[in-house]
Amino acid sequence: MRTLLTLTAVALALSFAPAGAMAANYTLTLKNHRFTPSEIKVPANKRVKLTVVNEDATPEEFDSDALRVEKVLAGKSKGTVRIGPLKAGRYPFVGEYHEDTAKGVVVAE
Amino acid sequence: MLGALIIVFREVLEAGLIVGIVMAATRGVPHRGRWIVFGIIGGIVGATVVAVFAGAISEAFQGSGQELFNAAVLAVAVVMLMWHNAWMARHGREIAAEMRDIGAAVSEGARPLTALAIVVGLAVLREGSEVVLFLYGIFASGTSGMSLLVGGLLGVAAGAAFTLLTYGGLLAIPTRYIFSVTTWLIALLAAGLAAQSVQFLNNGGYFLVLGSTVWNTSWLLSDGSILGRLLHTLIGYTDRPTALQLVVYLGTLLAMYVLMRIARYQPQRQEVAV
Repeated sequence: MRTLLTLTAVALALSFAPAGAMAANYTLTLKNHRFTPSEIKVPANKRVKLTVVNEDATPEEFDSDALRVEKVLAGKSKGTVRIGPLKAGRYPFVGEYHEDTAKGVVVAE
Repeated sequence: MLGALIIVFREVLEAGLIVGIVMAATRGVPHRGRWIVFGIIGGIVGATVVAVFAGAISEAFQGSGQELFNAAVLAVAVVMLMWHNAWMARHGREIAAEMRDIGAAVSEGARPLTALAIVVGLAVLREGSEVVLFLYGIFASGTSGMSLLVGGLLGVAAGAAFTLLTYGGLLAIPTRYIFSVTTWLIALLAAGLAAQSVQFLNNGGYFLVLGSTVWNTSWLLSDGSILGRLLHTLIGYTDRPTALQLVVYLGTLLAMYVLMRIARYQPQRQEVAV
């Protein structure tokens, strides 16, 4: 019983630890409420770390239902968005506060 | 202006649905209005603080600060909702019978009200921080600020109106069913929040297991649609759930059920004749 508890605790602790080295680092820049690049290619079936740089002075919310991500970025700051593993396909995202101009797609292939 | 209205309305709606459910669940409990208002005001204050510290929160924990914060806020709300349901399972029948005895109802009613006031406060804090940041962005950018601000305020008003509609709709339920309906609503709400919480943990790089998408019903009801968003808040609907989200969702419902059973069948503290 004790061994089982210890093993469970260890397993929980391990699964709780943040994932180690990510596949690769990608950068997305937001300026004048537009994302650059508006289409970003990432490898499919791999965890990807996306650094989103908000060069605008005002906050924005990086939002994607497809990627299951919702992240607020304060003005003049950057944030880390972890996505994947993604099956091959197109995953749109928007800047929720300026949806008409801040939009893009993550293409997994 | 319409854009601002819609953005703010969506956020207020999510918090508003929770407030509506809490209002229905506390129907008849004296002074509950006071507690709910406290919760809302506390939430607004909290939302402003969170908005001010958004940058610092985000950078904490190797960039996972925001995800951890959101996951924690949601988890606390889940615990509060479980406490409420367990408490109602234990005392619900007494309260229904004693409603006329105002003295007892006040003291009995106050305790789950704290939990629900916290739930309301946290919901307002979560959604409110996004509204505060959005409105701040409007001020800071200056351009056509007034029309966007008006749009934002109209969005708040529309969200509040919708909350009252939800409450009104729930009020239409006959008294004898209100207890079980609100218990279910709270259970599903808690399960949905728990699934959201675990998704935030995933986004922060934690619990990276069971990540496969179990089904895709976006053709039937998309997360982005109005009904999709409503169901997202009410019952935790998501068009592409991961296996982990499903496990946590069902696990929360199970835990809720077990807790309520235990609560209901705990022997009441009896006066002991020595």
